[in-house]
Amino acid sequence: MQDQKLWTWHLAAGLVILVLLGLHMAIMHLDAALGIFNPSGGHPIDWANVVARGQTLFFSVTYVLLLGVALFHGLYGLRNILLELAPGPGLKTAISWLLIITGVALFVLGTWAAWKAHQVALGGVLV
Amino acid sequence: MLESRGHPNRLGMRGWLFGGRWGPDRYLYSLHRITGLGLLLYFAMHIILTSSRALGQGAWEESMARVSGPLFVIGEYLVFVAFAFHAINGLRLALAEVGFGVGKPIEPIYPYRTALDEQRPIVVVAMILVALLIVVGGLDFFVWH
Repeated sequence: MQDQKLWTWHLAAGLVILVLLGLHMAIMHLDAALGIFNPSGGHPIDWANVVARGQTLFFSVTYVLLLGVALFHGLYGLRNILLELAPGPGLKTAISWLLIITGVALFVLGTWAAWKAHQVALGGVLV
Repeated sequence: MLESRGHPNRLGMRGWLFGGRWGPDRYLYSLHRITGLGLLLYFAMHIILTSSRALGQGAWEESMARVSGPLFVIGEYLVFVAFAFHAINGLRLALAEVGFGVGKPIEPIYPYRTALDEQRPIVVVAMILVALLIVVGGLDFFVWH
């Protein structure tokens, strides 16, 4: 029952990722063709562009949203693959907890970075 | 217990790569799995590396310099290719999951039609879309820059 719910969330998360990661990929890797959200020109990962995106509430919020949704989608997908190998109940619990701890740790790190980078960007450290 | 005379559905870990005689859809499944695992591995490293931007310009540029060069560009392009496939194929799978493009239940009258017959044109269109994305991405990665 719980796995059915989690699987539905896995699908819904996939659709959210399709939109947000699609935007992320378009900004980062179709920059020569589209050139969106890179106000300073040059490369999308140039510091000035990173700051410009980090200043906006939109990117600060959607980075955290994408981070959480994608971590759930990816780690739940990995859990499904591992559970297909039919581990015993103890190992299954261990796998679940290991993945939860990994996911929470990466989420905390990424959220801290997005929040801190937002503060740094607003501080106007634009060189 | 009945002996199965068909192809074994459970191929174990071998089935992650080899679809046996299960056809192209099974290989899309394998690719979906491989690209998914690859994207997850990249994503974990990506979170750690890009968090350096919180420490300011120096830390950011240092960490980006660490992953520059032609080898990393090729690696990033592989991530883009994996994304293109996993995204479009995943959309196809999600639509099939909610009943789109698998046909209605019908009487089993010879010659039999299965959901795969309904799904095949969607598979072809999806893979054409993936190929287009891979080509456009490739141009942006290697030509337009």
